[in-house]
Amino acid sequence: MSDVTVGGGQEVLGVTRIDGPIMIVEGAANISYDEVVEIRDSKGRLRRGRVLEVGEEMAVVQIFSGSTGLSIDGTSVRFLGDTLHMPVSEEMLGRIFDGLGNPIDGGPEPLTDHYKDINGLPINPTARVYPRDYIQTGISSIDGLNTLLRGQKLPLFSGAGLPHDKLAAQIVRQATLGKPVGTQTDAEAEEFAIVFAAMGVKNDVADYFRRSFTESGALNRVAMFLNLADDPPVERIVTPRAALTLAEHLAYDLDKHVLVVLTDMTNYGESLREISNIRGEVPSRKGYPGYLYSDLSSLYERTGRIRTSKGSITQIPILTMPNDDITHPMPDLTGYITEGQIVLGRELFFAGIYPPVAVLPSLSRLMKDGIGKGHTRDDHPHWGAQLYAAYARTQDVRALASVIGEEELSEVDQKYLKFGRAFEREFINQGSDENRSIERTLEIGWKLLSIMPKNELTRVTLDEIAQYYQEEDAAN
Amino acid sequence: MSDKIGTLTWISGPVVRARGSRKVGMLELVEVGEERLVGEVIGLKGDTFTVQVYEETAGMQPGAPVYGTGLPLSVELGPGLLQSIYDGVQRPLPLIEESMGSFISRGAHFDPINREKRWRYIPKVKVGDEVKGGTILGIAMETDTFEHKVMVHPDDSGTITWVPKTGEYTVTDPIAKIKTGKEEKELTMLQRWPVRQPRPFIQRLGVSIPLITGQRILDMFFPVAKGGAAGIPGPFGSGKTVTQHSIAKYADAEVIVYIGCGERGNEMTEVLQEFPHLVDPRNGRPLMERTVLIANTSNMPVAAREASIYTGITIAEYYRDMGYSVALMADSTSRWAEALREVSGRLEEMPAEEGYPAYLASRLAEFYERAGYVENLNETKGSVTIVGAVSPPGGDFSEPVTQHTKRFIRCFWALDNSLSSARHFPAINWLDSYSEYIDGVADWWQEKVGKDWLGMRNQSMELLSEESRLSQIVKLVGPDALPDAERMILETSRLLREGILQQNAMDEVDAYSTVEKQIRMLELVLHFHELGMKIIKRGAVISVIHDLPVVDTLIRMKNDVANDELNKFDDIEKQIDKQMSQLDAEYR
Ligand SMILES: Nc1ncnc2c1ncn2[C@@H]1O[C@H](COP(=O)(O)OP(=O)(O)OP(=O)(O)O)[C@@H](O)[C@H]1O
Ligand SMILES: [Mg+2]
Repeated sequence: MSDVTVGGGQEVLGVTRIDGPIMIVEGAANISYDEVVEIRDSKGRLRRGRVLEVGEEMAVVQIFSGSTGLSIDGTSVRFLGDTLHMPVSEEMLGRIFDGLGNPIDGGPEPLTDHYKDINGLPINPTARVYPRDYIQTGISSIDGLNTLLRGQKLPLFSGAGLPHDKLAAQIVRQATLGKPVGTQTDAEAEEFAIVFAAMGVKNDVADYFRRSFTESGALNRVAMFLNLADDPPVERIVTPRAALTLAEHLAYDLDKHVLVVLTDMTNYGESLREISNIRGEVPSRKGYPGYLYSDLSSLYERTGRIRTSKGSITQIPILTMPNDDITHPMPDLTGYITEGQIVLGRELFFAGIYPPVAVLPSLSRLMKDGIGKGHTRDDHPHWGAQLYAAYARTQDVRALASVIGEEELSEVDQKYLKFGRAFEREFINQGSDENRSIERTLEIGWKLLSIMPKNELTRVTLDEIAQYYQEEDAAN
Repeated sequence: MSDKIGTLTWISGPVVRARGSRKVGMLELVEVGEERLVGEVIGLKGDTFTVQVYEETAGMQPGAPVYGTGLPLSVELGPGLLQSIYDGVQRPLPLIEESMGSFISRGAHFDPINREKRWRYIPKVKVGDEVKGGTILGIAMETDTFEHKVMVHPDDSGTITWVPKTGEYTVTDPIAKIKTGKEEKELTMLQRWPVRQPRPFIQRLGVSIPLITGQRILDMFFPVAKGGAAGIPGPFGSGKTVTQHSIAKYADAEVIVYIGCGERGNEMTEVLQEFPHLVDPRNGRPLMERTVLIANTSNMPVAAREASIYTGITIAEYYRDMGYSVALMADSTSRWAEALREVSGRLEEMPAEEGYPAYLASRLAEFYERAGYVENLNETKGSVTIVGAVSPPGGDFSEPVTQHTKRFIRCFWALDNSLSSARHFPAINWLDSYSEYIDGVADWWQEKVGKDWLGMRNQSMELLSEESRLSQIVKLVGPDALPDAERMILETSRLLREGILQQNAMDEVDAYSTVEKQIRMLELVLHFHELGMKIIKRGAVISVIHDLPVVDTLIRMKNDVANDELNKFDDIEKQIDKQMSQLDAEYR
């Protein structure tokens, strides 16, 4: 067992076991829990890892890039004496990094003396500012019914083959700070800095986003962290943390409003599961580790606003639900942490509706504090509740119609069917370049509600009906 | 006060192992490393002991010292608890922010209760009085109106030899001296109590007073008694937190303990920013003045999350001991159970169902057992009501935490995804929920409102379950196949659902209903039903009843009639009578 100290670190040759991305190292003293290590293979090539568990003279090490090519003899491990830190600076916007935060665009290492622990620290709840400013995305099903606020974490729950990337790109392209209806919009809309993290997605997905950012001229305010499908899976554990560490610097040290897109969280979860299984941990559901909830929280909770800064972090994680199953542990535990979810539906997609936002299972929990008087327009909360209620009723009517036939439906029920169709085609459906103002969204909603007789509209007030309901002749 | 008792040998996240003294006690509080991170001994084996650490352990090394304290994990009790916000092991979050900034880094050591602040104290005992554990020594004014009863620690007793004058004192100033045998002892307003041990009382009393929450479906349909325990399970986004916030705001308890256990940071911030501005409907004081918050959010250390439940319940019991009614909200007990599971997993214990340790059920039982309406040591009566949220994976109630919880609670508010996605809030399913307190609280209702609440409740429940049966038929053959009398049941049930059960927590008027308003609303809907049925029997068709203008009025009355405008209900009643008698005339 040799023990050489190089450059502040402690180097040992004592690998006794290698199992997938996990390695047991013996014979090292003074190792810290969660410390970073540098692993040198017999050919002198370096890779990185971190300590998952440490005992006396023993450490369990997770190798970020996997163990392919490592041998028990000839592998040496250097313990670097600190947890994983990364450089952060404003210049990282406009740049592309790998999943561990190393530049891969041919440019230099970011020049900075700010190094931050990628795990971050929990925000003290007393230091938070409750989100109240809405982000106008120009998408009716979001702005109208699932409003996104600055400092919110709102995931897209999608399925294989559904246009979640297109929708995420549209949101990022169109997002501006929302203003109440009728107020003067600033000449220049406030722009977001964007931090994009890809975990295990195909190269063409990353390319799609890059192109979309380029076309909208946003590329110079985007930092991309890419761990692609053919990159080492364990690296994926680090990728969102690296992205969020930069986001925190931009938001809380530099007062920027930051939108973070994380895709695809399902791949992230799989990596976590893989490591857990190799370590022989007791699984909870579907083989995922019992700490999946805590682990996901340590990412999603890095969203929000704090009192000492003007900036904010808004997160849009993307998850493809295996088998479109919303009860799968990844969407399930994500939904338990995030402040709502936008669910994409296959039926709407097949019906040619874009974006295929399944309105009923979607929800924005913070919406209530960022809409209505002083935020969007006074009638917005009731209007939204009414659209929801009417669309929910439409589903029942559709079920009934499939049994007894449309002709047998009562007159009111027929109106609900008509409403439902129009709602999907005119409200939910919009162009992937169409940027609707909140006023326009509200207007379309009222037009559709006016399909129904007034006494069906019990969620809006009589005053609101008087002001916005479009009488028959006006509605058509 | 703390000596080195061992040396770290192994670290895996929040669980560490050390070797050293064999004198370390199970559940002893220890301090780990030079930063003195707080932890608790959870396993002993020979000279090795296992510790769960309440803070992040990254960077810690084997070889680091462990210090003993000789004490179990305890909370500090005394004036100053109200309006506080603590983490899971009672560290004051505002002080942590002051010293560390917006992010919580480790190694914080602060007194949970302010040592400098002076409280107006009025002694209630005199020299020569015999006092025992629980005896009220005096009153400290914790807010302008809240009387904090300063009590003798449950373990102390003796004869009073000295009391101070009424005045302003800190929690460490002596406020009495007692003599026990030969020894004289100074008592202060501050006491400590080990969190995992229930505080003693004389006896449990039967529960018969409902905790009025202002939420119609809870108060009228599935009431929880003061001193009872309720569980509120539901999938994500179904309304657990909103319901618990509503209860914390409007319940007629004198003290609220709200535990954010492994949930969102923003939700705690919301309470912190909202409660100081909300006014208690009963005494006009800011709601924050009766509230203690425990916030151990999902990204804070998992072992402290496990402790947060005990920290909260001990504080609740302490106010109960003063003779107050306390309501404790725990959001979410599932996150606490998961913390147990995580620690258990790191200990490599044999798992039972879904990776949870075999002792999950007994821990849940111990927790819910700490609810109760009791005669205190000082003969006052006080209560702790527990409302525990449960977050079942995939919304599946057959999972272990929901199932075991059901064994130890007597009131079950089942949240339902199909209701919440149709925006029927609170999304409490009236057919799956139950309360075993109904018969017990019926007398209270009779006395309070002088009306047959139980009869009306049962009639409404019958209508609703009949509706569920009928709507199965409607799904198959359409509503037209039903006779009009059955369609009248559907019509009334719709009024019950939309007019009464639905309650919008975000609406200024609707968020809270007094019992007088609640019972009046129910009465009107049932009155409508009775008259409607009569007319249907005479041959009227359902559509003429459905189209009566008063139907809309009945659905809107929850928003249109404020709690102090009950006379508006008389108008509505007149409208029902008038419109129905017009119909009646047509069918005579
Ligand atoms: N009584 C209510 N009135 C109006 N809206 C409600 C009510 N209850 C729930 N909601 C709506 O449902 C949303 C989700 O509720 P809530 O946050 O309480 O869910 P939850 O069950 O606590 O979910 P999670 O398990 O993820 O924490 C709220 O943001 C709100 O929009
Ligand atoms: Mg909740």
